[in-house]
Amino acid sequence: MASNSSGSDSSDRQRIAQQRLSVIAGHLQRPVEGNSGILAAECKAQGDKLDVSSERRTVPRRRQEIMKWNGWGYSDSKFLYNKKGQAEFTGKRYRLSGMIIPGLREWMESTFSANLQHKTPAAPILNSSAVQPPTLNEAFLKELKSTGIPFSHDAEDRVFRSHGHCLHEIFALREGKIGRVPDLVVWPNCHNDVVKIVELACKHNVCLIPYGGGTSVSSALECPPEETRSIVSLDTSQMNRILWIDEKNLTAHVEAGIVGQDLERLLNESGYCTGHEPDSMEFSSLGGWVATRASGMKKNIYGNIEDLVVHIKMVTPRGVIEKSCQGPRMSTGPDVHHFIMGSEGTLGVVTEVTMKIRPMPEYQKYGSVVFPNFEMGVACLREVARQRCAPASIRLMDNEQFKFGHALKPQVSSIFTSFLDGLKKFYITKFKGFDPNRLCVATLLFEGDREKVLQHEKQVYDIAAKFGGLAAGEDNGQRGYMLTFVIAYLRDLGMDYYVIGESFETSMPWDRVLDICRNVKARIVRECKDKGVQFPPLSTCRVTQTYDAGACVYFYFAFNYRGLSDPVHVYEQVEHAAREEILANGGSLSHHHGVGKLRKEWMRESISSVGMGMLKSVKDYVDPNNIFGNRNLL
Amino acid sequence: MTSTYKDSGTASLNDDEEFTDILEERRRNTDLGYALRTFNPQPYKGAPSCSTSDLNKAVLESQYLRYIAKEIALETGSSVEKVRQEARGILEEMSHNLQLGFIRLMAYTFNKVFKRLFRSIYVNMEGLNMLQQAIQESPVILMPNHRSYVDFLIVSFVLFTYDIPIPVIAAGIPLASMKVVGEILRRSGAFFIRRAIGSDKLYWAVLSEYVRTIVRTGCAPLEFYVEGFRSRTLKSVVPKLGMMDMVLEPYFKGEVFDITLVPISISYDRVVEESLLALELLGVPKPKESTTGLFKASRVLQEDYGCMHVNFGRPLSVRQLCEGKINRSEYNLIPRDLPQRPSTEIQDCVNWLAHLIVRTQEEGALISPWSLMACLLLQAPITTLTEEGLQWHGLTEKTLWLRKLVLDFRGRLNWPAHTPDSDVMSSTVALHHSIVHHKAGRVYLVQDGNPASQDPLSPEEKVMRTAAAVLMLVSYRNQALHVFVRPGILATAIHITKSTQKDELFSFFCFLRDVFSSEFIFIPGRASQDFDEACSLLQKCGAVYISQQEVTVLETGLEVLSFLQKLLQPFLESYQLIFRYLCENGAHVFTEKQFLPAVRNLATKLILSGDLHTFEVLSSDTQKNVLSALRRLEAVTKLRASQQNEYKVNKAAVRRTGDILSGKFPPESLHAIPDARL
Repeated sequence: MASNSSGSDSSDRQRIAQQRLSVIAGHLQRPVEGNSGILAAECKAQGDKLDVSSERRTVPRRRQEIMKWNGWGYSDSKFLYNKKGQAEFTGKRYRLSGMIIPGLREWMESTFSANLQHKTPAAPILNSSAVQPPTLNEAFLKELKSTGIPFSHDAEDRVFRSHGHCLHEIFALREGKIGRVPDLVVWPNCHNDVVKIVELACKHNVCLIPYGGGTSVSSALECPPEETRSIVSLDTSQMNRILWIDEKNLTAHVEAGIVGQDLERLLNESGYCTGHEPDSMEFSSLGGWVATRASGMKKNIYGNIEDLVVHIKMVTPRGVIEKSCQGPRMSTGPDVHHFIMGSEGTLGVVTEVTMKIRPMPEYQKYGSVVFPNFEMGVACLREVARQRCAPASIRLMDNEQFKFGHALKPQVSSIFTSFLDGLKKFYITKFKGFDPNRLCVATLLFEGDREKVLQHEKQVYDIAAKFGGLAAGEDNGQRGYMLTFVIAYLRDLGMDYYVIGESFETSMPWDRVLDICRNVKARIVRECKDKGVQFPPLSTCRVTQTYDAGACVYFYFAFNYRGLSDPVHVYEQVEHAAREEILANGGSLSHHHGVGKLRKEWMRESISSVGMGMLKSVKDYVDPNNIFGNRNLL
Repeated sequence: MTSTYKDSGTASLNDDEEFTDILEERRRNTDLGYALRTFNPQPYKGAPSCSTSDLNKAVLESQYLRYIAKEIALETGSSVEKVRQEARGILEEMSHNLQLGFIRLMAYTFNKVFKRLFRSIYVNMEGLNMLQQAIQESPVILMPNHRSYVDFLIVSFVLFTYDIPIPVIAAGIPLASMKVVGEILRRSGAFFIRRAIGSDKLYWAVLSEYVRTIVRTGCAPLEFYVEGFRSRTLKSVVPKLGMMDMVLEPYFKGEVFDITLVPISISYDRVVEESLLALELLGVPKPKESTTGLFKASRVLQEDYGCMHVNFGRPLSVRQLCEGKINRSEYNLIPRDLPQRPSTEIQDCVNWLAHLIVRTQEEGALISPWSLMACLLLQAPITTLTEEGLQWHGLTEKTLWLRKLVLDFRGRLNWPAHTPDSDVMSSTVALHHSIVHHKAGRVYLVQDGNPASQDPLSPEEKVMRTAAAVLMLVSYRNQALHVFVRPGILATAIHITKSTQKDELFSFFCFLRDVFSSEFIFIPGRASQDFDEACSLLQKCGAVYISQQEVTVLETGLEVLSFLQKLLQPFLESYQLIFRYLCENGAHVFTEKQFLPAVRNLATKLILSGDLHTFEVLSSDTQKNVLSALRRLEAVTKLRASQQNEYKVNKAAVRRTGDILSGKFPPESLHAIPDARL
């Protein structure tokens, strides 16, 4: 019981490691032919010709073929309550797919006072007539046609590229409300296509908004309502090739439109990985990661995007910016990469990136630790960070999230497993005296060669034991990470039953972690009460990343909005208040989601007026006519 | 239930506040049974149970204290270990040792004592219920006013009775040195703070970390007197900010989500120490706190002190009060364990909050019929009181008139219902037989004679004897003063300026408010609200008519205006006299020790010659308030270098202030625009 590794043999571990890789990578049927994914493809500008290599990719030009127009992810995957009133997850893509989740209904009913009788169904189909007809710049369009780059002004295509996944964006779509959307969508196929598009946009004064995976949660993709020019959405999804792999230097040169799961899968085929796994990696793109300063779950081994990037090519209205060599570090004034990273599409389009790659890990192992309370858990994470022995990933959920994770346990087939579960619960709560309403759990992921992983694992569990932590098995750990991928689907289920919610994140020094977690959660509860929310909200958090000098914390917040006339507005007010609370307590404006338009108002206070001036002057030089006019950040 | 009655006057929103006599049940049951009752309070939900030794350990091992110890070691050249040893000593002297057993002992004793002293102790149950709720939600600070030694443990007594966690209480160190009693208090939750800490850096550090740790962990409610000490005059004292700073810092630094402040107003029909207080104000030193002194004082047990009211105010959320006033992110860039001087924004906010609490205490205090009578008695010529006697009939009529005015002014009146007014009047006078007596339709001031001594009193001694009686009356008048201050200042402004222009009156109002802000409690930055309040109250009682630009005195309002103006007259006279003294008689540099007797001598002379009509200037409290007013107006400066509390006076500035006060010049519009956010 004390050690979770004793029971499983090596083939079992292999299986689990494989399973995890397939969760991440296996969402789409593999192509039959064993052709390696690495090819130095030349640019094909003939949009109407079928590009063989892109067929193997996840994201088609017409996203609507596989994805929801008003919710998260794949059309075939969603939570629903079946005829028996049990929750189940449809589709075949995920481990949870096709399974019954017996605890979810009760959890939802007790947490939100939600009721299956009270439904709020979404508008079933996109009503094209609700979409404003496009404002087209004819001269631009004419020249664009002559380049042969594919484009569309179909209403569905345009609506798909008009939003990210903020609550208000999805809520409006579900209600069938559609605001300003791009007037045109273009699909460049390579760097040179982008150069041509940007040139034409400058020539004809057209507003360009780069679009990668569409997973932003900062209102970054929203079209500025005040924009009068024709807005062109530049969809990079077809620029998705790995152009070369350099095995001597362990780098790969990749087109920026590739989505995370394709990048990992293709590299895996050659025995490599980038190790960059943001929670959105199924859909988010390399260019998007660069543009928002993304962070991956396994950054403790592989680093965040800024650590992974060796070289960036970006097309701006002033021309193409790139460095002349691929030296691992340079002292050549301020690093121009840092103007690009986090620029959120305001300066240009990232087209190609050279990234570090690593050989695939030999061995992966999940783990989990139960702590008597959140305070002890945070103290343990802090100690792990102090000793610089953090595993690839270490996350600490608070009590509410622990319960939530529990509610998402799929139906177990054998009596034996459920008996074991009961025994575990008895051991922790009765024998060890943990209060079920206070205990919390840390999930762990170790990676590397087998021996080192086992050694590392022991080191971490030894530290945990000093803080009252009890090893709680690989299964709990793995389920914790699986949750990451399905939680976004769950929001759609909530929205079917009057529950709205979202997550937001921040980073802070270690000594403030507990204070911020407590204060922000309490602020959310109080604001909900003040704003007339009738039911107590779910207000929970988890520590998701550790650093030498601090940590990243995610907050999840959801409530039952029955009885409110403008729930989205209430939601936004509460989130706004929560952000104010974070800033007042010494947390950052964002750890990795970025600023977009949602958090713009706090930029000046975050980086000072001089800092704003610096960014502004870069924008003024690079894009004096505001061609990249999404108005994020500044 | 006979012991429950409704408070007839209201200053708050709750019109039907119910007070319950907690002694009634005590009288029916045994004291021992009460003391041994099960006590099972609901503590603050976020608090881990923490013992006294845990608390002390956390304080000593805090990063903050480590840092300060290192700094002091560097400055003084001693070793860190030595400094930490010293800190341990300070903490031992300071820390409380709350034990339930002693609370029971305390409860047992208090029961015995209180049942003797008081007819009833009334507590508002609604306030207690709100407190009980608040205590579970965030760290609670109990902030009672302090009018008598009797109330030192009264809050603990009430909370014990109603199953609410017992507070730890900040007390002055003299209490700790009382034999046995000091230890009992310590075990009943008192912790002891030295007077005049001055620049003792280590002491400050230990104290502030101790207080902050209590608040941060929420291990017990914290009780302290924001006024700093027992008010000798029964008037609210301008709040002290030291403790307030320490208590609020955990909120400013984000270490707690919120802090709840609970103002508590304790009012007495009759204060146990009434005569001691008056003598102290006249310069007779107060007896040192000692256990034997306490036993000697047991003769006070023979007396009747009427009722006591403990009014628990509505819990106030610091977070809500500070919203929009401060930016807590100023603490983001320095580790919170290190000392950091708060910005003026935060300091102003603390000052504002402290004043707000004292004002709320005032509003929650109950005014007794006796206070109204004191207001009126003091407006009669002194010879009437001492020799001819004041007509009982007239006094009764006027008191009833004043009762109506107090209610108009939203004062919280404690006038017994269902009792004929004449009975109320005569029982009130009977209760205060030490100050007045009623004989043959007239009321006389009782002057504490010294019958044992055969020597006739010198004229100066006679003045002092009268003054002692008058100052006792003054203190009871002071209990009602807060209701009248704002309209009173407006009435004074009308009287002095003879103006009807609203803006002129406003600027004089502001000037008076500035001059008297050591005397009365004004919330900083709320001059115009205070003025509006004064206007609307005077208009409400029919004294004036207010138009856009003008304030017109109505015929029907002369009585009110004259009452109000006379009520504040002693203050104006006292201030003018001291201004005169400073301009004409005093040296340019003087010490407080010289100043107090010199003013007293001059005043005595003038009273004897019939040129001064108030005895209040003899009170050291008034004298000190004038000094601090002048310091605030920068007419007097304290010399920094001096050990002796030396002051330097700018005579021209004092004269000028006096001239404005007497209406010779209009006040300059030096009045800064109040901070809009306050």
